[in-house]
Amino acid sequence: MSKFKKSSKASQDIPTAALPDIIFMLLFFFMVTTVLREVELLVNQQLPLATQLKKIERKSLVSYIYIGKPKNAKEFGVEPRVQVNDNFIGTKEIVQFVLTEKDKLDESERDQITMSLKIDKETKMGIVTDVQQELKEANALKVLYNTPRKVDM
Amino acid sequence: MRRTNRGAGQINSGSMADIAFLLLIFFLVTTQIATDKGILIRLPPKPDPNEPPPDIKFNQRNIFKILINSQDKLLVEDEPLYDVSLLKDMVKKFVLNNGKDPNLSDSPSDAIVSIKADRGTSYDIFISVYDQCEAAYNEMYGEKVGLTAEEFRKLDRGDPDQKKLYDRAREIDENGKPQFPKQISIAEPTKYGGS
Repeated sequence: MSKFKKSSKASQDIPTAALPDIIFMLLFFFMVTTVLREVELLVNQQLPLATQLKKIERKSLVSYIYIGKPKNAKEFGVEPRVQVNDNFIGTKEIVQFVLTEKDKLDESERDQITMSLKIDKETKMGIVTDVQQELKEANALKVLYNTPRKVDM
Repeated sequence: MRRTNRGAGQINSGSMADIAFLLLIFFLVTTQIATDKGILIRLPPKPDPNEPPPDIKFNQRNIFKILINSQDKLLVEDEPLYDVSLLKDMVKKFVLNNGKDPNLSDSPSDAIVSIKADRGTSYDIFISVYDQCEAAYNEMYGEKVGLTAEEFRKLDRGDPDQKKLYDRAREIDENGKPQFPKQISIAEPTKYGGS
């Protein structure tokens, strides 16, 4: 008889008992890192790309303003509109919005508030400037043009 | 009565992994990595109505004018420009002139880059123009301290060593004023193109 016949008694199965644990670990990771969108976007958003980006360290100081064409063109028309929180506002109401946002912050941090503008790239500069004027009026001088990173080809 | 004891009841955990996978995939799909990145600018404060606007005479040579019309066409120093990506080197040449060329700036501290758009200009082109100007300044700063623009941009001002580099690049003097400031001005837009 063959001398080399091994009497292999080791099981060939990979133990899968720990698999659920591993998957759960991944699951928890994603659950923790997921940030659910707080506002429902009512405007189309395709942000322009740029290369010279800066990151914002303190998320608590950031408020968002969305500008773009309304998704629901039948109801709101095709002109770009300004959205904050969950509704459209006129440019004149931005001062009020900034003040309420500032009220949420600590007194010492109020002048550090950063307005993150998420503006669709099709938008014209007219409305962007109007919004900026209002931000100046409200003394919210730190503005972030929110842009994803452009990858150099 | 006799009970049939079949041992401790076991829950079949074979499909546990499947359930976990399902949840995992759900979160994978709904996750969006937060994108709080962008171009940070500081608006000039609102002019005081009680004070007349300061009447500063700028030498024309010290202003690098970039005009964008409502057709998204560029006019840079009164010459049309068709390729936005050339702008970066033009800005660099303008700022680092140090008085050599009579049409370009006197010194980096006097140089101002002015971007003037129209109300009909698209936001997209405005961002790319602004991005080019930022890139020019970041590269100039980086070159001064032997970093690339990318590395300079990522300097963390909270760290003293990195702040020193940052200050050196901007030539911060003893009063805390940069001698090599980044002066990019966004002018009030024109209204020719309508809103």
